[in-house]
Amino acid sequence: MPEATYLDANELVINMGPQHPATHGVLRIKLRLDGEKVLGSEAVIGYLHRGVEKIAENRTYTQFAPYTDRMDYVAAVTNGMAYVEAVEKLMGVEVPPRAQYTRMILAELQRIASHLLWLGTHALDLGAMTPVFYTFREREEILKIFENYCGARLTTHAFRIGGLQYDLYDGFEREVANFCDYFTPKIDEYEALLTKNRIWINRTRNVGVLTPEDAVALGVTGPVLRGSGVKWDVRKAQPYEAYDKVEFEVPIGEKGDTYDRYLVRVQEMRQSVRIVRQSVERIAPGPIMGKVGKVIKPPVGEVYHSIEAPKGELGPPSFVNLQALDTMVRGHLVADVVAVVGTLDIVLGEVDR
Amino acid sequence: MADEPKAPPAGGSSEPPAQPAPPAGGPGATPPKTAPPKPSAAAAKPAPPAAKPVLKPEPWSSPLLDEMQKRFPGAILDPVIFRHQPSVTVAKESLLQLCEFLRSDEGGEYTLLTDHTAVDYPKRDKRFDLVYHLYSFKRNDRLRLKVLAADGEKVPSVVSVWPTANWLEREVYDMFGVQYEGHPDLKRILLPDGWIGHPLRKDDDILKQDDAWVQANVGIKSGQ
Repeated sequence: MPEATYLDANELVINMGPQHPATHGVLRIKLRLDGEKVLGSEAVIGYLHRGVEKIAENRTYTQFAPYTDRMDYVAAVTNGMAYVEAVEKLMGVEVPPRAQYTRMILAELQRIASHLLWLGTHALDLGAMTPVFYTFREREEILKIFENYCGARLTTHAFRIGGLQYDLYDGFEREVANFCDYFTPKIDEYEALLTKNRIWINRTRNVGVLTPEDAVALGVTGPVLRGSGVKWDVRKAQPYEAYDKVEFEVPIGEKGDTYDRYLVRVQEMRQSVRIVRQSVERIAPGPIMGKVGKVIKPPVGEVYHSIEAPKGELGPPSFVNLQALDTMVRGHLVADVVAVVGTLDIVLGEVDR
Repeated sequence: MADEPKAPPAGGSSEPPAQPAPPAGGPGATPPKTAPPKPSAAAAKPAPPAAKPVLKPEPWSSPLLDEMQKRFPGAILDPVIFRHQPSVTVAKESLLQLCEFLRSDEGGEYTLLTDHTAVDYPKRDKRFDLVYHLYSFKRNDRLRLKVLAADGEKVPSVVSVWPTANWLEREVYDMFGVQYEGHPDLKRILLPDGWIGHPLRKDDDILKQDDAWVQANVGIKSGQ
């Protein structure tokens, strides 16, 4: 250590956010700085807290379903899916296979859409302007499929307790298969822009390293956990819907840095395409609603249910993952905080609920 | 339906999904993936009307439970299994030691605390159920712990066992007003520091706070 100068003698506390383009919403981070170096950080959250649990106290099970879309509002399909599945589990309802595959197709498309939004904005945060235009172009195609299916692009409320409200529209399978054909080469395009890009590697390699031990202790899940080399995915470990009937791999990272998490998410998009293709092949005509009454009245009881949402194990992943921020930014530079916030892929609607 | 064995889809929706829980072994002994597929003839047969899904929690038994009861006599109450999910109620005094045991190799390596929350039953003497959801990568199974707490009662913090409990306990403190002993930084997390009350208590009336604000600041009786 060189001797202290007046520059590092003073510890400086500054606020990053809540109005800051790189915090992806209303996140405020109190940074303790020594010059450019981060000594510590504290995330201040709650700016988007709406109290959905309190709202739920005065809603029926059916009425509450649309609220779940507004938590992780960039991945509403998977949010709604976790909710309806939890109620179905409590009631002991079996969902017909056609509804299961429909849910899987839409959920995997949603995962791709969520990862595309993440990739574009994350790259933009780190100074790569181009990818965001490409990723939003492809995301738009997914949102069009959602809109054709249920009339909404973002807060979809796509599923109902017991199955689906709408059957698939004519040409859905063809449209989804076309998207898969169109999308796969696009992933290569993103990778051509970033994977071997020297600036990208310099900005992300060894930044925000999370060891596997730390990752588990801090309870992070999803791509953040897998980026640290822990091979765990709820879809594989405790399959729901028909995930046990399709083939896919669980990509993992080696070092647990921001670059590894980038690679994991890009690979996950490829795996999602695989799942979508298989599901489209297997979807067969049949009922779309399980045996549920007009009034949803589950028995008194307690169940725990979680799914592999794009951002982690739902319950809620962004909140828990954000807690790892302090461990990941200590000792890095202020500019790296932007990289770490991006790589955690949080959405404040879900952090604050 | 993440962690229960599923019947093949051949029978459509006529088959009630929930199998009666296995009498012994618990979920650790029967991971979901190894469940043998049922013959499709049985699945195609219409279900008799009497075979309703299990609706009531059943007593849970497993080697892990025996071990827990041996190590913490009298502290493990009410072990039940419902929808293939085991749950035990733990005496507050033994919580920390039990959590350390469950996290250790011999206790099943429940290294991941996936969620911690609370449920409020305002009419009960010990009104809060503090719920811990644990996951073990090794056993691929989940375990639910519950601790009962009265209003104002101090509950040991499990941050020393699972660091992720830090924010989760802060949220429960914020929303329910549960006091944790040994938490490194127990303060509100989602609500502003000046907030009065704990909104997720069932008897907390949001309108009351709203009325108080308009009475003080606008000079009208109610904002509604």
